[in-house]
Amino acid sequence: MDRVNIPFKWQEATGRAQFISDRHFDNMLEARLFRSTCARAKILDIKLPKLPAGYFIFGAKDIPGRNELLMVQSDWPVFADTEVRYLGEIILLLVGPDLKVIDSLAKLIHVEYQRLTPAFTPQDSQQLIQGAIHNQDAVDDQKNKFDSHKLNKGDLDAGFSQAVQIFEESISTGYQEHMYLETQGIAGYYKDGKVVIEGSMQCPWYVHHCISIVLGSEDVRVIQAPTGGAFGGKEDYPDVLAGALCVAVQQLKQPIRLVLSRSEDIAFTTKRHPINFHYRTGVDSQGKIVAMDVKVDINAGAYLSLSGIVLQRAITTCTNVYDIPNAAVEATAWATNTVPCGAFRGFGSPQTCFGIETHLNHIANKLGLDAAEFKRTHLLTTQSKTLTGAAIFGDLVLEKMYAEICESSDYHAKIQAYRQQARTGDKLSGIGMALFQHGCGFAGDLEDTLVKAVVRLVKDANDEIEIQVSNTDMGQGLSLTFCQIVADALQRPLSSVRLGVADTEHVPDSGPTVASRSIVIVGYLLERAAKKLTDIWLGGTAQSVEERYSKPDYHQWDQQTFKGNAYQTTSYGINVVELEVDSATGVSEITGLWAIYDVGHVIDEAVFKGQIDGGFVQALGYGGLEVMTLDSEGRFQQTNMADYVIPTALDVPKIHSSVVDNPYQYGPQGAKGGGELTHNGGAAAYCAAIECAINHPINAIPVTPEVVCSLLYGKEDGVAFMTQQEQDHEN
Amino acid sequence: MKISFKLNGKLVSVDVDPLQPLLTTLRDELHMQAAKQGCGEGECGSCSVIMNNVMVNTCLIPTIQAKGAALVTLEGLRDTPKGKCVINALLEAKGVQCGFCTPSMVLALYHLLDNRTYANITPTEVQIRQALAGNLCRCTGYGMIVEAAKIAANNWEEVW
Repeated sequence: MDRVNIPFKWQEATGRAQFISDRHFDNMLEARLFRSTCARAKILDIKLPKLPAGYFIFGAKDIPGRNELLMVQSDWPVFADTEVRYLGEIILLLVGPDLKVIDSLAKLIHVEYQRLTPAFTPQDSQQLIQGAIHNQDAVDDQKNKFDSHKLNKGDLDAGFSQAVQIFEESISTGYQEHMYLETQGIAGYYKDGKVVIEGSMQCPWYVHHCISIVLGSEDVRVIQAPTGGAFGGKEDYPDVLAGALCVAVQQLKQPIRLVLSRSEDIAFTTKRHPINFHYRTGVDSQGKIVAMDVKVDINAGAYLSLSGIVLQRAITTCTNVYDIPNAAVEATAWATNTVPCGAFRGFGSPQTCFGIETHLNHIANKLGLDAAEFKRTHLLTTQSKTLTGAAIFGDLVLEKMYAEICESSDYHAKIQAYRQQARTGDKLSGIGMALFQHGCGFAGDLEDTLVKAVVRLVKDANDEIEIQVSNTDMGQGLSLTFCQIVADALQRPLSSVRLGVADTEHVPDSGPTVASRSIVIVGYLLERAAKKLTDIWLGGTAQSVEERYSKPDYHQWDQQTFKGNAYQTTSYGINVVELEVDSATGVSEITGLWAIYDVGHVIDEAVFKGQIDGGFVQALGYGGLEVMTLDSEGRFQQTNMADYVIPTALDVPKIHSSVVDNPYQYGPQGAKGGGELTHNGGAAAYCAAIECAINHPINAIPVTPEVVCSLLYGKEDGVAFMTQQEQDHEN
Repeated sequence: MKISFKLNGKLVSVDVDPLQPLLTTLRDELHMQAAKQGCGEGECGSCSVIMNNVMVNTCLIPTIQAKGAALVTLEGLRDTPKGKCVINALLEAKGVQCGFCTPSMVLALYHLLDNRTYANITPTEVQIRQALAGNLCRCTGYGMIVEAAKIAANNWEEVW
């Protein structure tokens, strides 16, 4: 392979990195997707215009293999054939030399629909109006359910019988758009008898497996191009683009590029799942939680995609970092006629963290207790059993982290002062804290039963080493950290190690770049491979070694009952947000941010600091700025970056962060995962800070200035307890 | 229509639709691809270049507006001492993650630092953040880009 060893991110910093839009291919054609204009309908007829020479249209009938996108299951078609399930579902692909001509041709396509009543929320979905969207043939209580599970710990009834007070409330979270700066895009061409797809993506092997089923052929190859941000958004969606494009490339055998415009990307690519939580929690006379009953309803969108695994994470991490003796969780992922929701940094955990942190704040306030101290008395300890009944592996240091962040942020003095402030001033001060966790690696023991990662190190005759894995650098810095792990294990200079291009022609399947697994799972395999190479090292001789995943002995999991270690290991964090609310406008200015993390051992502090800053700021956007709502037809009302606002440099101050060193036995240099963790707590801490400032409970994010004003000046009752859906409905 | 302007110190002429976005002209006609299209609507700033010493979003500027102007893109800056100073500072601070916004961030930092009255005045945190406010980044949370500005400001005297 031809990647030379250049300084980390030098190509990006000098503008030399060639993103897919920067690539040149001879005789390249352009492509555009033709999408449904209604959210739920039967397709009765499609009338195509007469095409000028050199222009082509592809649809379901042109697929040589199967019209399905292999993700976890295969329910999502490449091209809609007889029905459409969401506004924007792909029906056709137009290809030709000039995008202007393609756009004018698209306007001449006429699709005749028989419209059906769409469902946009889990509540709608349960109504089964005009039949089920999904699982039409199932018994009634399974209809429209992509997945559902129940989980029990202890004895819920016995727990409630000890309770002297019961707190019940609903809490909800909204959509979040990834808003990676580079929109989704891929290019395809035909080379050496294979359909080759290059593009902006996290998981080249996912795309490889997906298009080989669409084409009914293993003659495919997938290469990651420089990827301008992903955050989960380029886990599943590149399958959707590649599924359509590979059909055209196979037929035309000419290079074709498909890049989404920003408005298309916002409107139709996957989003973070909106979730409705319902909590019922019993507290005994000592102020201890003795029972918690949680119902979780996830809006999965029109196709399953990754919703089953998001659901699993939402369930197994439902009680967050707390030891609740008796708990029950019942959770369902509902089919709706909306854009399929997919992976987004945190994968269900930012939602569950917001839910439980906010619920516990409300309980503490009603009990007249300090919320942070109330939570501290419920923390998991090294001796605890998790919600799924597993012993804690290693040492839990949450108490130490809590003490450290309280001190660095001066949390207790501030919250006491802000609680007592007069609420009549122009500026209201608030401070909020959130504790959180993130399970690293695939859910349960899927690393062992499903992924089965393989990594390879190849040494040439000059003793230069290439890392061959399918994990991708999409900004998070893997291309440096992997090299550091290998160089350190080999005790060789960093400059002698490079990360090979993630090209399915050359790299083994070390699994996808998801689930905070790259460092703890793949990095650990690389460390072991490097030690193996050290043992057989012959200077000046080409050598290669491979290493395969095997799960640590302590890791036990039952996927049927959800009992055991929900993840191979778990990382932890605490965030504190301090802010000032302008009481006239409801606008908050964030004045202080603190963060502390346990990610085992940090391999490169600056790389992890990049994750801390980026994740925290993205989570603050999720908590306070990023509104995404549907109109009455199922179309997102936010259509561009002016409507859907992400944080700018002026919206956040410097983040004061630290880490505790708590090495994990089965991680490279003791490291666990940290990429997603950093997004899990920011929204909850932000909301808590606003609640502190305005002295009103809040039950939904995002907490925009409009929400703050309605709480301060709106109707006395009701508003504070409205869920996201209700607020949307009022708007 | 024939339109001439100065690009990175050299006079260039293009023959394009005068209303074509300057970004398209730069990328497609002049092969200056460091400026990226992130949104096409003037929100994200990834398409920024310096025009007559002002940071502009080229996706919103019709090419005709550049007539007679002096443009600086990252291609013209990256091999200069000042350009290298900013780039090295960004790399040192690890202020580059996915890299899609980075070309515009280099220009924004250069523009801030090069327009100070005195080269030895280190811009404040707020001044730096204001200078970056028109350029969105989804990866870094901005902290390390702000750090890069401080590093570059400290090293600036060497390249002044």
